[in-house]
Amino acid sequence: MQYALLIYAEPGYLETSSDEEREASYAEYVAMAGDERYVGAAQLQPAEMATCVRLSGGRTLMTDGPFADTKEVLGGFCLIEAADLDEALELAARVPALRFGGTVEVRPVVRL
Amino acid sequence: MLEEVFRDQWGRVLASLVGFLGDFDRAEEAAQEAFAIAAERWPASGAPDTPGAWLVTTARNRAIDRIRRERTLAQKIHLLPAPEAIVDEFDDTLIKDERLELIFTCCHPALPLEGQVALTLRALGGLQTAEIARAFVVSEETMKRRLTRAKAKIKATGIPFAVPGAHRLPERLDAVLAVVYLIYNEGYSGRVDLGAEAIRLGRVLAGLMPREPEAHGLLALMMIHHARRRARFSGDDLVLLDDQDRSLWDQRQIADGRAVLDRAMELGGRGAYVVQAAIASLQARERIDWPQVAELYRRLVGLTGSAVVELNRAVAVAQAGDPAAALRAVDGLELDGYLYFHSTRGELLRRLGRAAEARTAYRRALELAASTPERRFLTRRLEQL
Repeated sequence: MQYALLIYAEPGYLETSSDEEREASYAEYVAMAGDERYVGAAQLQPAEMATCVRLSGGRTLMTDGPFADTKEVLGGFCLIEAADLDEALELAARVPALRFGGTVEVRPVVRL
Repeated sequence: MLEEVFRDQWGRVLASLVGFLGDFDRAEEAAQEAFAIAAERWPASGAPDTPGAWLVTTARNRAIDRIRRERTLAQKIHLLPAPEAIVDEFDDTLIKDERLELIFTCCHPALPLEGQVALTLRALGGLQTAEIARAFVVSEETMKRRLTRAKAKIKATGIPFAVPGAHRLPERLDAVLAVVYLIYNEGYSGRVDLGAEAIRLGRVLAGLMPREPEAHGLLALMMIHHARRRARFSGDDLVLLDDQDRSLWDQRQIADGRAVLDRAMELGGRGAYVVQAAIASLQARERIDWPQVAELYRRLVGLTGSAVVELNRAVAVAQAGDPAAALRAVDGLELDGYLYFHSTRGELLRRLGRAAEARTAYRRALELAASTPERRFLTRRLEQL
Protein backbone atom coordinates (compact mmCIF):
# COMPACT_ATOMS: atom_id res chain seq x y z
CA MET A 1 0.00 0.00 0.00
CA GLN A 2 1.08 3.56 -0.59
CA TYR A 3 1.05 6.14 2.16
CA ALA A 4 1.75 9.85 2.14
CA LEU A 5 3.76 11.19 5.06
CA LEU A 6 2.81 14.83 5.43
CA ILE A 7 5.39 16.67 7.47
CA TYR A 8 4.16 19.60 9.53
CA ALA A 9 6.51 21.82 11.48
CA GLU A 10 6.92 25.36 12.71
CA PRO A 11 8.45 27.52 9.96
CA GLY A 12 12.16 28.12 10.26
CA TYR A 13 12.85 25.39 12.79
CA LEU A 14 15.96 24.31 10.89
CA GLU A 15 17.39 27.85 10.81
CA THR A 16 17.21 28.15 14.59
CA SER A 17 18.86 24.79 15.26
CA SER A 18 22.61 24.28 15.50
CA ASP A 19 24.79 23.47 12.47
CA GLU A 20 25.35 19.91 13.69
CA GLU A 21 21.64 19.31 14.21
CA ARG A 22 20.85 20.69 10.79
CA GLU A 23 23.52 18.62 9.05
CA ALA A 24 22.49 15.46 10.91
CA SER A 25 18.91 16.10 9.92
CA TYR A 26 19.78 16.59 6.22
CA ALA A 27 21.87 13.42 6.26
CA GLU A 28 18.91 11.50 7.65
CA TYR A 29 16.60 12.83 4.93
CA VAL A 30 19.15 11.76 2.30
CA ALA A 31 19.40 8.29 3.91
CA MET A 32 15.62 8.03 3.94
CA ALA A 33 15.44 8.89 0.27
CA GLY A 34 17.85 6.00 -0.40
CA ASP A 35 15.44 3.50 1.15
CA GLU A 36 13.67 1.61 -1.63
CA ARG A 37 10.33 1.99 0.15
CA TYR A 38 10.44 5.73 -0.63
CA VAL A 39 8.56 6.39 -3.84
CA GLY A 40 9.10 10.13 -3.80
CA ALA A 41 9.60 13.10 -1.54
CA ALA A 42 9.73 16.88 -1.67
CA GLN A 43 10.61 19.70 0.66
CA LEU A 44 8.36 22.72 0.20
CA GLN A 45 9.37 26.37 0.17
CA PRO A 46 8.05 28.46 3.08
CA ALA A 47 4.31 29.01 3.46
CA GLU A 48 4.71 32.73 2.56
CA MET A 49 5.58 31.54 -0.94
CA ALA A 50 2.17 29.87 -1.25
CA THR A 51 -0.61 31.10 -3.52
CA CYS A 52 -4.15 29.77 -3.22
CA VAL A 53 -6.42 29.35 -6.21
CA ARG A 54 -10.23 29.19 -5.99
CA LEU A 55 -13.08 29.32 -8.41
CA SER A 56 -15.87 31.80 -7.79
CA GLY A 57 -18.71 32.33 -10.27
CA GLY A 58 -16.55 31.12 -13.15
CA ARG A 59 -13.73 33.45 -12.21
CA THR A 60 -10.39 32.32 -10.85
CA LEU A 61 -9.48 33.96 -7.57
CA MET A 62 -5.92 34.04 -6.44
CA THR A 63 -4.80 34.93 -2.94
CA ASP A 64 -1.48 35.17 -1.24
CA GLY A 65 -0.58 32.74 1.56
CA PRO A 66 -1.34 29.17 2.60
CA PHE A 67 -4.83 27.62 2.75
CA ALA A 68 -4.86 27.18 6.52
CA ASP A 69 -3.33 29.86 8.71
CA THR A 70 -1.82 27.71 11.45
CA LYS A 71 1.36 27.81 13.52
CA GLU A 72 2.57 24.51 12.09
CA VAL A 73 2.62 24.36 8.32
CA LEU A 74 3.07 21.67 5.72
CA GLY A 75 6.79 21.70 5.09
CA GLY A 76 7.20 18.65 2.90
CA PHE A 77 5.93 15.21 2.10
CA CYS A 78 7.07 11.71 1.26
CA LEU A 79 5.30 9.01 -0.65
CA ILE A 80 6.14 5.55 0.61
CA GLU A 81 5.28 1.95 -0.16
CA ALA A 82 4.62 -0.13 2.95
CA ALA A 83 3.10 -3.52 3.72
CA ASP A 84 0.69 -2.10 6.29
CA LEU A 85 0.02 0.86 8.57
CA ASP A 86 2.50 -0.35 11.19
CA GLU A 87 5.34 -0.30 8.68
CA ALA A 88 4.24 3.15 7.49
CA LEU A 89 4.19 4.41 11.08
CA GLU A 90 7.69 3.01 11.65
CA LEU A 91 8.98 5.00 8.68
CA ALA A 92 7.06 8.09 9.78
CA ALA A 93 8.64 7.90 13.22
CA ARG A 94 12.08 8.31 11.60
CA VAL A 95 11.33 11.71 10.04
CA PRO A 96 13.87 14.15 11.58
CA ALA A 97 11.34 17.01 11.84
CA LEU A 98 9.76 15.11 14.75
CA ARG A 99 12.79 15.90 16.91
CA PHE A 100 12.16 19.61 16.39
CA GLY A 101 8.58 19.37 17.61
CA GLY A 102 7.06 18.60 14.22
CA THR A 103 4.21 16.22 13.41
CA VAL A 104 3.93 13.67 10.63
CA GLU A 105 0.45 12.91 9.36
CA VAL A 106 0.23 9.46 7.78
CA ARG A 107 -2.49 9.10 5.15
CA PRO A 108 -3.11 6.09 2.94
CA VAL A 109 -3.21 6.92 -0.76
CA VAL A 110 -6.34 6.01 -2.73
CA ARG A 111 -5.68 3.18 -5.13
CA LEU A 112 -7.16 3.69 -8.57
CA MET B 1 -26.29 -23.05 27.54
CA LEU B 2 -26.05 -22.58 23.77
CA GLU B 3 -25.65 -18.88 24.37
CA GLU B 4 -22.70 -19.56 26.64
CA VAL B 5 -20.98 -21.76 24.03
CA PHE B 6 -21.51 -18.97 21.51
CA ARG B 7 -20.04 -16.32 23.80
CA ASP B 8 -17.02 -18.53 24.50
CA GLN B 9 -16.45 -19.35 20.84
CA TRP B 10 -17.23 -16.05 19.14
CA GLY B 11 -13.81 -14.40 19.60
CA ARG B 12 -11.84 -17.43 18.41
CA VAL B 13 -14.10 -18.08 15.46
CA LEU B 14 -14.10 -14.44 14.36
CA ALA B 15 -10.33 -14.13 14.80
CA SER B 16 -9.75 -17.21 12.69
CA LEU B 17 -12.03 -15.85 9.97
CA VAL B 18 -10.44 -12.41 9.92
CA GLY B 19 -7.08 -14.14 9.56
CA PHE B 20 -8.41 -16.33 6.77
CA LEU B 21 -10.43 -13.77 4.84
CA GLY B 22 -8.40 -10.66 5.63
CA ASP B 23 -11.58 -8.63 5.95
CA PHE B 24 -13.52 -7.72 9.07
CA ASP B 25 -16.96 -7.33 7.54
CA ARG B 26 -16.79 -10.53 5.52
CA ALA B 27 -15.53 -12.40 8.59
CA GLU B 28 -18.34 -11.08 10.77
CA GLU B 29 -20.94 -11.93 8.15
CA ALA B 30 -19.62 -15.49 7.78
CA ALA B 31 -19.37 -16.01 11.53
CA GLN B 32 -22.93 -14.81 12.04
CA GLU B 33 -24.13 -17.18 9.36
CA ALA B 34 -22.36 -20.14 10.97
CA PHE B 35 -23.71 -19.28 14.42
CA ALA B 36 -27.23 -19.02 12.99
CA ILE B 37 -26.93 -22.49 11.43
CA ALA B 38 -25.65 -23.85 14.74
CA ALA B 39 -28.53 -22.26 16.64
CA GLU B 40 -30.90 -24.04 14.31
CA ARG B 41 -29.26 -27.48 14.29
CA TRP B 42 -27.57 -27.99 17.64
CA PRO B 43 -30.66 -28.03 19.87
CA ALA B 44 -31.96 -31.05 17.91
CA SER B 45 -28.76 -32.86 16.92
CA GLY B 46 -26.60 -31.82 19.87
CA ALA B 47 -23.45 -29.70 19.70
CA PRO B 48 -20.45 -31.24 17.91
CA ASP B 49 -17.44 -32.39 19.98
CA THR B 50 -15.36 -29.47 18.78
CA PRO B 51 -17.86 -26.63 18.40
CA GLY B 52 -15.14 -24.09 17.58
CA ALA B 53 -13.75 -26.08 14.67
CA TRP B 54 -17.25 -26.80 13.40
CA LEU B 55 -18.15 -23.10 13.48
CA VAL B 56 -14.93 -22.00 11.76
CA THR B 57 -15.23 -24.65 9.06
CA THR B 58 -18.87 -23.87 8.39
CA ALA B 59 -18.17 -20.13 8.30
CA ARG B 60 -15.22 -20.60 5.94
CA ASN B 61 -17.33 -22.70 3.60
CA ARG B 62 -20.06 -20.09 3.56
CA ALA B 63 -17.55 -17.32 2.93
CA ILE B 64 -15.95 -19.23 0.07
CA ASP B 65 -19.36 -19.88 -1.46
CA ARG B 66 -20.15 -16.23 -1.26
CA ILE B 67 -16.84 -15.17 -2.80
CA ARG B 68 -17.39 -17.69 -5.62
CA ARG B 69 -20.84 -16.33 -6.31
CA GLU B 70 -19.53 -12.78 -6.36
CA ARG B 71 -16.71 -13.79 -8.67
CA THR B 72 -19.08 -15.51 -11.09
CA LEU B 73 -21.30 -12.47 -11.04
CA ALA B 74 -18.33 -10.20 -11.62
CA GLN B 75 -17.17 -12.30 -14.57
CA LYS B 76 -20.64 -12.23 -16.05
CA ILE B 77 -20.92 -8.50 -15.97
CA HIS B 78 -17.21 -7.88 -16.71
CA LEU B 79 -17.07 -4.94 -14.40
CA LEU B 80 -15.29 -5.97 -11.27
CA PRO B 81 -11.87 -7.59 -11.31
CA ALA B 82 -11.96 -11.28 -10.38
CA PRO B 83 -10.93 -11.80 -6.75
CA GLU B 84 -7.61 -13.41 -6.04
CA ALA B 85 -7.37 -17.17 -5.75
CA ILE B 86 -9.31 -18.63 -2.87
CA VAL B 87 -8.34 -21.52 -0.67
CA ASP B 88 -10.63 -24.48 -1.26
CA GLU B 89 -9.24 -26.94 1.22
CA PHE B 90 -8.30 -26.56 4.80
CA ASP B 91 -7.53 -28.73 7.75
CA ASP B 92 -10.39 -28.29 10.15
CA THR B 93 -8.57 -29.96 13.04
CA LEU B 94 -5.82 -27.34 13.07
CA ILE B 95 -7.43 -24.04 13.84
CA LYS B 96 -4.90 -21.59 15.17
CA ASP B 97 -5.96 -19.30 17.96
CA GLU B 98 -5.62 -15.85 16.39
CA ARG B 99 -7.38 -13.85 19.08
CA LEU B 100 -4.17 -12.08 20.03
CA GLU B 101 -3.81 -10.72 16.49
CA LEU B 102 -7.45 -9.63 16.68
CA ILE B 103 -6.94 -7.85 20.02
CA PHE B 104 -3.98 -5.89 18.69
CA THR B 105 -5.98 -4.90 15.62
CA CYS B 106 -8.98 -3.77 17.69
CA CYS B 107 -6.80 -1.81 20.13
CA HIS B 108 -4.62 -0.16 17.50
CA PRO B 109 -3.74 3.41 18.55
CA ALA B 110 -4.70 4.67 15.07
CA LEU B 111 -8.33 4.04 16.05
CA PRO B 112 -10.25 6.46 18.29
CA LEU B 113 -10.39 5.14 21.85
CA GLU B 114 -14.18 4.75 21.88
CA GLY B 115 -13.89 2.76 18.65
CA GLN B 116 -11.22 0.52 20.21
CA VAL B 117 -13.44 -0.15 23.21
CA ALA B 118 -16.55 -0.89 21.12
CA LEU B 119 -14.70 -3.09 18.66
CA THR B 120 -12.99 -5.09 21.41
CA LEU B 121 -16.33 -5.77 23.09
CA ARG B 122 -17.95 -6.71 19.79
CA ALA B 123 -15.15 -8.76 18.22
CA LEU B 124 -13.55 -10.43 21.24
CA GLY B 125 -16.37 -10.32 23.75
CA GLY B 126 -19.08 -11.28 21.29
CA LEU B 127 -21.44 -8.61 22.64
CA GLN B 128 -24.23 -7.45 20.38
CA THR B 129 -24.14 -3.87 19.15
CA ALA B 130 -27.33 -3.13 21.13
CA GLU B 131 -25.77 -4.45 24.35
CA ILE B 132 -22.65 -2.30 23.91
CA ALA B 133 -24.85 0.72 23.17
CA ARG B 134 -26.81 0.14 26.38
CA ALA B 135 -23.64 -0.22 28.42
CA PHE B 136 -22.31 3.14 27.22
CA VAL B 137 -25.71 4.83 27.26
CA VAL B 138 -25.74 5.78 23.59
CA SER B 139 -28.25 4.87 20.91
CA GLU B 140 -27.80 1.67 18.94
CA GLU B 141 -27.45 3.80 15.80
CA THR B 142 -24.54 5.72 17.33
CA MET B 143 -22.80 2.53 18.43
CA LYS B 144 -23.30 0.98 15.02
CA ARG B 145 -21.72 4.03 13.39
CA ARG B 146 -18.82 3.87 15.82
CA LEU B 147 -18.16 0.22 14.94
CA THR B 148 -18.56 0.80 11.21
CA ARG B 149 -16.11 3.72 11.28
CA ALA B 150 -13.53 1.71 13.19
CA LYS B 151 -13.78 -1.20 10.77
CA ALA B 152 -13.62 1.13 7.80
CA LYS B 153 -10.44 2.69 9.15
CA ILE B 154 -8.84 -0.71 9.69
CA LYS B 155 -9.51 -1.56 6.07
CA ALA B 156 -8.68 1.77 4.47
CA THR B 157 -5.47 2.45 6.35
CA GLY B 158 -4.13 -1.10 6.34
CA ILE B 159 -4.05 -1.66 10.11
CA PRO B 160 -2.43 -5.10 10.25
CA PHE B 161 -3.91 -8.26 11.72
CA ALA B 162 -0.73 -9.05 13.62
CA VAL B 163 0.97 -9.09 16.97
CA PRO B 164 3.45 -6.16 16.93
CA GLY B 165 7.18 -6.80 16.76
CA ALA B 166 9.20 -7.07 19.97
CA HIS B 167 10.41 -3.44 19.94
CA ARG B 168 6.85 -2.06 19.75
CA LEU B 169 5.20 -4.71 21.91
CA PRO B 170 5.50 -3.03 25.33
CA GLU B 171 3.78 0.20 24.25
CA ARG B 172 1.18 -1.60 22.19
CA LEU B 173 0.44 -4.01 25.03
CA ASP B 174 -0.02 -0.99 27.31
CA ALA B 175 -2.67 0.27 24.90
CA VAL B 176 -4.49 -3.09 24.93
CA LEU B 177 -4.41 -3.29 28.73
CA ALA B 178 -5.69 0.29 28.95
CA VAL B 179 -8.72 -0.59 26.81
CA VAL B 180 -9.57 -3.61 28.97
CA TYR B 181 -9.16 -1.55 32.15
CA LEU B 182 -11.32 1.20 30.71
CA ILE B 183 -14.07 -1.35 30.04
CA TYR B 184 -13.66 -2.59 33.60
CA ASN B 185 -13.95 0.88 35.09
CA GLU B 186 -17.16 1.53 33.18
CA GLY B 187 -18.50 -1.55 34.92
CA TYR B 188 -17.17 -0.50 38.31
CA SER B 189 -19.20 2.68 38.35
CA GLY B 190 -22.38 0.67 38.59
CA ARG B 191 -22.83 -1.47 35.48
CA VAL B 192 -21.65 -4.86 36.64
CA ASP B 193 -22.00 -6.49 33.21
CA LEU B 194 -19.02 -4.67 31.79
CA GLY B 195 -16.90 -5.48 34.84
CA ALA B 196 -17.46 -9.19 34.30
CA GLU B 197 -16.86 -8.74 30.58
CA ALA B 198 -13.53 -6.99 31.21
CA ILE B 199 -12.47 -9.85 33.47
CA ARG B 200 -13.32 -12.32 30.73
CA LEU B 201 -11.18 -10.32 28.30
CA GLY B 202 -8.42 -10.05 30.88
CA ARG B 203 -8.46 -13.80 31.32
CA VAL B 204 -8.21 -14.36 27.57
CA LEU B 205 -5.32 -11.92 27.37
CA ALA B 206 -3.41 -13.47 30.28
CA GLY B 207 -3.98 -16.89 28.72
CA LEU B 208 -2.68 -15.74 25.35
CA MET B 209 0.33 -13.92 26.82
CA PRO B 210 1.23 -16.20 29.74
CA ARG B 211 4.64 -14.61 30.18
CA GLU B 212 3.51 -10.98 30.40
CA PRO B 213 3.35 -10.01 34.09
CA GLU B 214 1.26 -6.90 33.46
CA ALA B 215 -1.47 -8.95 31.75
CA HIS B 216 -1.70 -11.08 34.90
CA GLY B 217 -1.44 -7.97 37.07
CA LEU B 218 -4.41 -6.34 35.36
CA LEU B 219 -6.49 -9.52 35.65
CA ALA B 220 -5.65 -9.86 39.35
CA LEU B 221 -6.50 -6.19 39.97
CA MET B 222 -9.89 -6.48 38.29
CA MET B 223 -10.75 -9.75 40.06
CA ILE B 224 -9.93 -8.48 43.54
CA HIS B 225 -11.85 -5.24 42.98
CA HIS B 226 -14.76 -7.09 41.46
CA ALA B 227 -14.94 -9.40 44.46
CA ARG B 228 -15.87 -6.40 46.62
CA ARG B 229 -18.45 -4.85 44.32
CA ARG B 230 -21.50 -5.92 46.35
CA ALA B 231 -20.14 -4.21 49.46
CA ARG B 232 -19.41 -0.89 47.72
CA PHE B 233 -22.99 0.25 47.72
CA SER B 234 -25.70 0.09 50.32
CA GLY B 235 -28.82 0.72 48.29
CA ASP B 236 -27.64 3.71 46.30
CA ASP B 237 -25.19 4.87 48.92
CA LEU B 238 -21.44 4.65 48.53
CA VAL B 239 -19.77 2.64 51.32
CA LEU B 240 -16.13 3.33 52.18
CA LEU B 241 -13.66 0.48 52.53
CA ASP B 242 -13.59 0.85 56.34
CA ASP B 243 -17.36 0.49 56.63
CA GLN B 244 -17.89 -2.26 54.07
CA ASP B 245 -19.68 -5.43 55.17
CA ARG B 246 -16.99 -8.00 54.56
CA SER B 247 -19.43 -10.88 54.50
CA LEU B 248 -20.49 -9.45 51.10
CA TRP B 249 -16.99 -9.88 49.69
CA ASP B 250 -16.55 -12.80 47.34
CA GLN B 251 -13.69 -14.54 49.16
CA ARG B 252 -13.24 -17.12 46.46
CA GLN B 253 -12.74 -14.51 43.77
CA ILE B 254 -10.29 -12.68 46.05
CA ALA B 255 -8.31 -15.91 46.49
CA ASP B 256 -8.38 -16.52 42.72
CA GLY B 257 -7.21 -12.95 42.13
CA ARG B 258 -4.35 -13.41 44.59
CA ALA B 259 -3.26 -16.58 42.79
CA VAL B 260 -3.11 -14.59 39.54
CA LEU B 261 -1.14 -11.86 41.34
CA ASP B 262 1.32 -14.48 42.61
CA ARG B 263 1.87 -15.58 39.02
CA ALA B 264 2.57 -11.98 37.99
CA MET B 265 5.10 -11.65 40.82
CA GLU B 266 6.79 -14.92 39.86
CA LEU B 267 7.25 -13.49 36.39
CA GLY B 268 9.08 -10.56 37.95
CA GLY B 269 6.19 -8.14 37.47
CA ARG B 270 6.73 -4.75 39.09
CA GLY B 271 4.63 -2.66 36.70
CA ALA B 272 1.70 -0.36 37.47
CA TYR B 273 -1.02 -3.02 37.24
CA VAL B 274 0.91 -5.50 39.37
CA VAL B 275 1.48 -2.85 42.06
CA GLN B 276 -2.20 -1.82 41.99
CA ALA B 277 -3.24 -5.48 42.29
CA ALA B 278 -0.89 -5.86 45.27
CA ILE B 279 -2.53 -2.82 46.90
CA ALA B 280 -6.01 -4.23 46.23
CA SER B 281 -4.90 -7.55 47.71
CA LEU B 282 -3.65 -5.89 50.91
CA GLN B 283 -6.86 -3.90 51.18
CA ALA B 284 -8.91 -7.09 50.96
CA ARG B 285 -7.36 -8.47 54.15
CA GLU B 286 -9.10 -8.58 57.52
CA ARG B 287 -6.47 -6.25 59.01
CA ILE B 288 -4.96 -3.88 56.49
CA ASP B 289 -1.22 -3.25 56.67
CA TRP B 290 -1.43 0.48 55.92
CA PRO B 291 2.33 1.24 56.09
CA GLN B 292 2.79 -1.44 53.41
CA VAL B 293 -0.04 0.05 51.33
CA ALA B 294 1.59 3.49 51.62
CA GLU B 295 4.90 2.01 50.47
CA LEU B 296 3.25 0.41 47.42
CA TYR B 297 1.56 3.71 46.57
CA ARG B 298 4.98 5.37 46.78
CA ARG B 299 6.20 2.92 44.15
CA LEU B 300 3.13 3.56 42.05
CA VAL B 301 3.79 7.33 42.21
CA GLY B 302 7.28 6.55 40.92
CA LEU B 303 5.82 4.58 38.00
CA THR B 304 3.00 6.93 37.05
CA GLY B 305 3.97 10.35 38.39
CA SER B 306 0.26 10.84 39.04
CA ALA B 307 -1.01 13.37 41.58
CA VAL B 308 -4.12 11.26 42.16
CA VAL B 309 -1.93 8.33 43.14
CA GLU B 310 -0.02 10.62 45.50
CA LEU B 311 -3.38 11.55 47.04
CA ASN B 312 -4.07 7.85 47.62
CA ARG B 313 -0.63 7.45 49.15
CA ALA B 314 -1.45 10.25 51.58
CA VAL B 315 -4.68 8.48 52.60
CA ALA B 316 -2.65 5.33 53.36
CA VAL B 317 -0.18 7.41 55.42
CA ALA B 318 -3.10 8.79 57.43
CA GLN B 319 -4.56 5.32 57.91
CA ALA B 320 -1.14 4.19 59.10
CA GLY B 321 -1.48 6.75 61.90
CA ASP B 322 0.09 9.98 60.65
CA PRO B 323 -2.66 12.36 59.44
CA ALA B 324 -0.36 15.38 59.83
CA ALA B 325 2.19 13.96 57.38
CA ALA B 326 -0.69 13.00 55.09
CA LEU B 327 -2.05 16.56 55.11
CA ARG B 328 1.40 17.96 54.26
CA ALA B 329 1.59 15.63 51.25
CA VAL B 330 -1.94 16.50 50.14
CA ASP B 331 -1.49 20.26 50.45
CA GLY B 332 1.35 20.18 47.93
CA LEU B 333 -0.88 18.71 45.19
CA GLU B 334 -2.44 20.66 42.36
CA LEU B 335 -5.80 18.95 42.21
CA ASP B 336 -8.20 21.81 42.89
CA GLY B 337 -10.82 20.56 40.43
CA TYR B 338 -10.81 17.05 41.88
CA LEU B 339 -13.59 16.08 44.26
CA TYR B 340 -11.57 13.53 46.24
CA PHE B 341 -8.77 16.03 46.83
CA HIS B 342 -11.16 18.19 48.84
CA SER B 343 -12.99 15.34 50.57
CA THR B 344 -9.63 13.83 51.60
CA ARG B 345 -8.44 17.18 52.94
CA GLY B 346 -11.73 17.52 54.83
CA GLU B 347 -11.27 14.11 56.41
CA LEU B 348 -7.63 14.78 57.38
CA LEU B 349 -8.47 18.20 58.86
CA ARG B 350 -11.32 16.62 60.83
CA ARG B 351 -8.97 14.03 62.28
CA LEU B 352 -6.53 16.78 63.25
CA GLY B 353 -9.35 18.59 65.10
CA ARG B 354 -9.48 21.53 62.65
CA ALA B 355 -13.27 21.45 62.21
CA ALA B 356 -13.76 24.88 60.58
CA GLU B 357 -11.20 24.18 57.85
CA ALA B 358 -12.63 20.69 57.43
CA ARG B 359 -16.06 22.16 56.79
CA THR B 360 -14.69 24.49 54.10
CA ALA B 361 -12.99 21.56 52.38
CA TYR B 362 -16.13 19.39 52.48
CA ARG B 363 -18.22 22.26 51.09
CA ARG B 364 -15.81 22.62 48.18
CA ALA B 365 -16.05 18.85 47.57
CA LEU B 366 -19.83 19.08 47.62
CA GLU B 367 -19.70 21.76 44.90
CA LEU B 368 -17.80 19.33 42.69
CA ALA B 369 -19.91 16.23 43.40
CA ALA B 370 -21.82 15.09 40.34
CA SER B 371 -23.66 11.98 41.50
CA THR B 372 -26.41 11.80 44.10
CA PRO B 373 -24.74 9.11 46.26
CA GLU B 374 -21.60 11.26 46.44
CA ARG B 375 -23.59 14.34 47.44
CA ARG B 376 -25.48 12.44 50.11
CA PHE B 377 -22.25 11.03 51.50
CA LEU B 378 -20.58 14.45 51.71
CA THR B 379 -23.66 16.08 53.24
CA ARG B 380 -23.66 13.42 55.96
CA ARG B 381 -19.99 14.10 56.63
CA LEU B 382 -20.63 17.82 56.93
CA GLU B 383 -23.49 17.25 59.37
CA GLN B 384 -21.28 15.08 61.56
CA LEU B 385 -18.73 17.85 62.03
